[in-house]
Amino acid sequence: MPEPARDLVRIRALGKRFDSRKGLFGKRRSLKAVSDVTLDIPRGKVTGVVGESGCGKSTLARLVVRLLRPSDGNVMFDGVDLGRLSNREMRRLRRRIQMVFQDPYSAIDPRYTVADALLEPFQVQGTRLSAQQARDKVTELLAMVRLGQELARSYPHQLSGGQRQRIGIARALAFKPDFLVLDEPTASLDVSIQAQIIALLEQLKAELGLTYLFISHDLGLVRYFCDRIVVMYLGRVVEVLPAPRAKPRHPYTRTLLDSTFAPDPTQRRDISRLTGEIASAYDLPAGCAFAARCAFADETCRARVPLLAADPDGHAVACFHPLT
Amino acid sequence: MSADTAITARRADFRRSVAAKVMLTPKGGIAGAYLILLVLLALFAPWIAPYPYDAQNLKIASQAPSLANWLGTDEFGRDVLSRIIYGARTSLSVSVTAISVSVFVGMALGAAAGYFGGLFDRAVTTIVDLSWSFPEILLALILVAIIGPGLHSTMFAIGIAYLAQFTRLTRAQILSLKGETYVEATINLGASHGHIVFRHLMPNALAPVIVCGMLATGDAIILEATLGFFGLGAQPPVPSWGAMMSSGSALIFKAPWIIIFPGLVVAVTVIAINLFGDALIRALDIRARLREG
Repeated sequence: MPEPARDLVRIRALGKRFDSRKGLFGKRRSLKAVSDVTLDIPRGKVTGVVGESGCGKSTLARLVVRLLRPSDGNVMFDGVDLGRLSNREMRRLRRRIQMVFQDPYSAIDPRYTVADALLEPFQVQGTRLSAQQARDKVTELLAMVRLGQELARSYPHQLSGGQRQRIGIARALAFKPDFLVLDEPTASLDVSIQAQIIALLEQLKAELGLTYLFISHDLGLVRYFCDRIVVMYLGRVVEVLPAPRAKPRHPYTRTLLDSTFAPDPTQRRDISRLTGEIASAYDLPAGCAFAARCAFADETCRARVPLLAADPDGHAVACFHPLT
Repeated sequence: MSADTAITARRADFRRSVAAKVMLTPKGGIAGAYLILLVLLALFAPWIAPYPYDAQNLKIASQAPSLANWLGTDEFGRDVLSRIIYGARTSLSVSVTAISVSVFVGMALGAAAGYFGGLFDRAVTTIVDLSWSFPEILLALILVAIIGPGLHSTMFAIGIAYLAQFTRLTRAQILSLKGETYVEATINLGASHGHIVFRHLMPNALAPVIVCGMLATGDAIILEATLGFFGLGAQPPVPSWGAMMSSGSALIFKAPWIIIFPGLVVAVTVIAINLFGDALIRALDIRARLREG
């Protein structure tokens, strides 16, 4: 048997444009949510994507699981081009690609009990379960996310945010997927609950050999949880850190890192605040999107878009004046 | 218990509890009891009504209420009470059938338009908005004028007149529900359009549509009576509340009971339907859910 490829997911030149028009005869506007993203997601690793809100990271997540169709480029999952699959084939493949959503409060139909929600994956995939099998599955999935089976008959509004997020994870795990996209799974939870969910995700990864794409705006969390970090700014990848502690080379990553809170007061540095406004995704500047807020920007930065270039360690940066 | 039986069992619980919640409030209970009584009267009219609806006796024409004719007699000497009981058949069957068809077609159109969007949505919205700009009565009158009077055309006209309302309501519901994370999450599990629409969107959109349908049935009874009053609904000798009032209007000073009692029944029935609808809104917790969401 041939060795499976190192990368489970390969993203090539992926782009997503949203067109909108005000009124019937209004001006057409197009928003570039994601432009030209090329990224490999190695098997069995946690790849983190960070960036401030509106940088396209959630759009990227939805493109990867084909909840959205890309405008350009493609996503290869284990050698299969998702863009070429029929809807039927894609629905079948969803057993292997799953996603956990940001808002656990609305991720479950309010009319469904926990048991209904956990059996829904089997229902939509056309897997017939006997009454006994269904009961066993519910218990098994609840146990997998460390919940007791007494919750099976509860409705979502009777559960806490952390419990709901665990149900969301259990639903995603129903078919033992290979790849899980986590779209800010802890962003709407309390800090103490966040830690529990992250610990659960770490255990599940080890138990089931999962590959994660972890979307977050919290660089501190990403540095703790991820093996590799992808930094996005206005729809583009600006830097790929091959290790969570790698020294940032892009000025944006540097500022992002400086703004994370250090628990030890003696370790706190002066934060260099960003000046200027984030550019509008409707009207991207000609050159580097970060140029307007960057201390090192010059004429070249404002005229041309810097390309992502990797060094031998796999540390890639899209900047004309990378930090050393 | 398989996934489907679990869902079915729970739905049965849910329905039972809603019925209980409606009937146990004073308003809902009284209105519900009245409506059940009316339905029973309509169903068993031949056994309950003291006289046949078309038994004429000119010797006792336009007589005031008496022990023999509790609500008096009309201009042909027919028993007003019997005609009101038989008239319930016409009013209820016309309004309920018309609104049911309207709800069904409206939900299908609205759901398809809201879910798939695009050109179909534009077409449906435009046509519906156009018909929305006419008052229901005017629309129904125009339609009956085109297709001719009678029971069936009354049903058809009322059904079309209220179609816009249900289409718009369902479409708006589906549009807002479509953005819920659980819809995206279910697509992510590999669900088909059918599953999304029938297992998630429709059940969550249903409650407001049912209540709206309930309230529209009250309006439809008035509309049916109006068409009947103009002689465009049920044709004689089939009794309808509207037609009875119409014939009674000629004798309004001489024999007011001919017009008063059918009018009273229309009014009470419409009020009962509205009260019942209110209780249903509370039982289904629609306002609370709107506040939350």
